[in-house]
Amino acid sequence: MAFRAALVTFPGSNCDRDLAVALRNASGEEPIRVWHGNAELPEQLDLIALPGGFSYGDYLRSGAMAAHSPIMRAVVEAAGRGVPVLGICNGFQVLTEAGLLPGALLHNAGQTFICRTVPLRVENNHSLFTHRYAQNQEIRIPVAHHDGNYFADEATLDRLEGAGRVAFRYLSAGNGSRRDIAGILNESGTVLGLMPHPERAVDHDHGGIDGLALFEGAVRGLVAA
Amino acid sequence: MKVRIHVSLKPGVLDPQGRAVHHALEGLGFSGVQDVRVGRLIELEVVESTTHDALDAMCRGLLANMVIENYRIEPMPDAGVQEPA
Repeated sequence: MAFRAALVTFPGSNCDRDLAVALRNASGEEPIRVWHGNAELPEQLDLIALPGGFSYGDYLRSGAMAAHSPIMRAVVEAAGRGVPVLGICNGFQVLTEAGLLPGALLHNAGQTFICRTVPLRVENNHSLFTHRYAQNQEIRIPVAHHDGNYFADEATLDRLEGAGRVAFRYLSAGNGSRRDIAGILNESGTVLGLMPHPERAVDHDHGGIDGLALFEGAVRGLVAA
Repeated sequence: MKVRIHVSLKPGVLDPQGRAVHHALEGLGFSGVQDVRVGRLIELEVVESTTHDALDAMCRGLLANMVIENYRIEPMPDAGVQEPA
């Protein structure tokens, strides 16, 4: 069956086009574009993707306004039914604000916008999104954020670590994230949020293709399932 | 009725903005500042019948992020319109 992904665009999203290209290249199918004001998602989705950017101008807190937009009610409901959700950068911030992932993304510790390719370690290769990586594989993925400083209380961090829910860890972060966490999974492993941009590393012209396995994993994992 | 919502980072949550302001104050020669925390002040104009519970729900639902922030609700005394003397 054809892979059906919905890609949500909020006012201020700016990585939605790149994410659409990455999903199309991995699946051979064009993702269905959905606007933030839609109250309903298409049916029978294999994936919901929330792109990077500065939704609602980062008003109040990054991702806070988007988390309460009409489409997010549908996303939360779909995630509850087990529909996989991928949030990248601002999409990760939206997922934490919407309560689909624990913790919060604070201003970077150095108060600067960080835009560079960083080394990451794949901490859990058992999830839908990471199964095409090797355990502890080191990959290089670009980051571009001002609010990427992952915060959660110690008990939550211990719980995440204990359950293998840290998907990616920075090998050199520089944004102040607790325990160098770059990406986390929800309890069932079907929701992934990460600050780095895998959609910016899917073509040799990008300077690397280490992001490709994430999209291929999501597509093939679902098709095989 | 005017209500002020004071949102501040919880103790223990790193405040890079506050730290930068702290350094800037020191750079301006103000000594004796031991710490700076930057928060947010939100002013609401609400109908008189608005309950504290409703304000509380607004804070928890949107205005503050309970993972990292605390909030304080401060109803403002109605200044009213000053009669000319």
